Amino acid sequence: MRNLGPVLTVVAALIALWYLAVVPMNAQWAQDQARRAGQDLSFTALVTDTMSQARPRLPAPHQVAAELWNSTVVEEMTGRRGVMTTGSLSNRSLIYHGWVTLSATLLGFAIGSALGIALAIGIVHNRAMDASVMPWAIASQTIPILAIAPMIIVVLNAVGITGLIPKAIISTYLSFFPVVVGMVKGLRAPDAMQLDLMKTYSANGAEVFAKLRWPSAMPYLFASLKVAIAAALVGAIVAELPTGAVAGLGARLLSGSYYGQTVQIWSALFAAAILAASMVALIGLIQRVTLRRMGMAT
Amino acid sequence: MRVRALTGAGQAAGVALATLIALLAGGLGAAPAPVMVALIASCGLFVIHHFLGWVRRAPGFVHGVFLLVMATNLCTAALALASAPVAALWFAATTIALWLLAWWLVAQLADLPARKGPAGLLQALLAPLLFGATLLWLWEVIVRALDVPRVILPAPSAIWARILRSTDILWVDFVQTFVKGALSGFAIGVGAAIVFALLVDRSDFLRRGLLPVGNFLAALPIIGTAPIMVMWFGFDWPSKAAVVVAMVFFPMLVNTVQGLAATEAMQRDLMRTYSASWGQALLKLRLPAAMPFIFNGLKISSTLALIGAIVAEFFGSPTRGMGFRISTEVGRLQLDMVWAEIAVAALAGSLFYGLIALVERGVTFWHPSQRGR
Repeated sequence: MRNLGPVLTVVAALIALWYLAVVPMNAQWAQDQARRAGQDLSFTALVTDTMSQARPRLPAPHQVAAELWNSTVVEEMTGRRGVMTTGSLSNRSLIYHGWVTLSATLLGFAIGSALGIALAIGIVHNRAMDASVMPWAIASQTIPILAIAPMIIVVLNAVGITGLIPKAIISTYLSFFPVVVGMVKGLRAPDAMQLDLMKTYSANGAEVFAKLRWPSAMPYLFASLKVAIAAALVGAIVAELPTGAVAGLGARLLSGSYYGQTVQIWSALFAAAILAASMVALIGLIQRVTLRRMGMAT
Repeated sequence: MRVRALTGAGQAAGVALATLIALLAGGLGAAPAPVMVALIASCGLFVIHHFLGWVRRAPGFVHGVFLLVMATNLCTAALALASAPVAALWFAATTIALWLLAWWLVAQLADLPARKGPAGLLQALLAPLLFGATLLWLWEVIVRALDVPRVILPAPSAIWARILRSTDILWVDFVQTFVKGALSGFAIGVGAAIVFALLVDRSDFLRRGLLPVGNFLAALPIIGTAPIMVMWFGFDWPSKAAVVVAMVFFPMLVNTVQGLAATEAMQRDLMRTYSASWGQALLKLRLPAAMPFIFNGLKISSTLALIGAIVAEFFGSPTRGMGFRISTEVGRLQLDMVWAEIAVAALAGSLFYGLIALVERGVTFWHPSQRGR
């Protein structure tokens, strides 16, 4: 908690900068409106106007916060289609769209990390895989998968696979790589001395793996899982773009950009940020508990 | 060891079974003779290598020639097979047999003792290249044999033909997206991050505050700012560069700040005993020590830059650019053009990454991760 003070200061400075930027970014529109109405705008009137436009170029932080609150709690509690009225989540609320994105993210993350771990085990135990697969795993990441996302979605749609699976595939592709790299490093972390010790115990390959390699890979695994889940979320969001803005945070971004609803874009962006942050924090929590129980906590 | 013995036995059994099926089902009538002859020859070489120990223990040169003969044989069979695709049992069995043999060849190449110099480099490249070629070949053969519709998955040969036919469009798109959008954004973002990191570095308070925040921001889906940037900077490349700047800034900042903090107290004290100024200590000690971290950030940023530039074009662009082409050609079901763009993007991304890795090897030659190779 030593860092709490500095972190809060930096965050406060960022918000202050944001507020400062709001005025010049939105001033043009406010002045145009005033000129059309034949009024002269005083400085205070200008500032209050830039903070409360309906479609600002840069919405003020409190506008974004209000939109976040309105499109989650207020919409669900009092909205005509909210969960309180109809018993199901409103398709206008960010909770619904967030859940759509989150489910694809989690599915893709689960498949991706399982695949990553399996590949890493193969690479560590088989020289042929190490020599042939690893360079391609690296090369596969220079292919901008996000750029292929629309094609994968459209093609899978044509084959008849729709909904969750195509998005999850893209999340999988993005999340497997950090896990492979981290786990290969982790499974190779035991040094020669420890491996020799296992040999003096006449441990076989499976035992060396279960009792030495796997436990010592744990810190690496969690570090890479954190990267992977953030990547999986990005994958799910981008995968939602070409489906025509139906559901999900990506769809909110796209429809916001179609209709110039900047506040909606920013609130979707922040919803995504909150999702990412809470998932990374969750993995961090699991990491701390696991490593403590394994006696590896620092 | 046991794992390898197991996979070796599995491979041998698989090759034997697949070849047997291929011979029985294809016979000498249905299947073209060159394929079968080459397959049988490859299998013969495989058996010789498997059961005659002296081939494996032979000097490296002999072994190399042996593997080369094997590779040529496999290539002949593979090419002959790819030119006569039929969805039949013997065809599937031959494909599987050739694939298993190619896999075995990759394993043999990986097991050769490592050499030094250019030969070693060639050797290190050979296994992945062979693996990639096998994948491409499998793709081609499967697409042709199963007659996969062009609008779902075009064959590599069709994509290659498309690349040759439309080099001018690909070049225009490449310049628009990679050179104007990604590279300029990359340069601005990386430069700004390094300058900012140097400023932050002067204050411990700022560093402790910015590192967690920067780490947090680096994990966010910054790509989502693309519609905002397009709204602010217009449809042309400046908005794409802005997205790239936003994407590469935080990973680069975090890595550079971490790198600048990587020196030990002892080393900094030494600099102080030399009465080195801040600038001198920076140039002689802390920047060189930060280089592994900076290059790590550069590598991450290089892949992010291309992705950012392409995805930003989905939100609006002039009528050129890789992202524009991909999204419109998907709509027109011209998938060979989409794959051509992807191939260009992958090639550009790999070369960019490789270039950075090469410079890294030159600059941080002293680092443990670069030695011992």
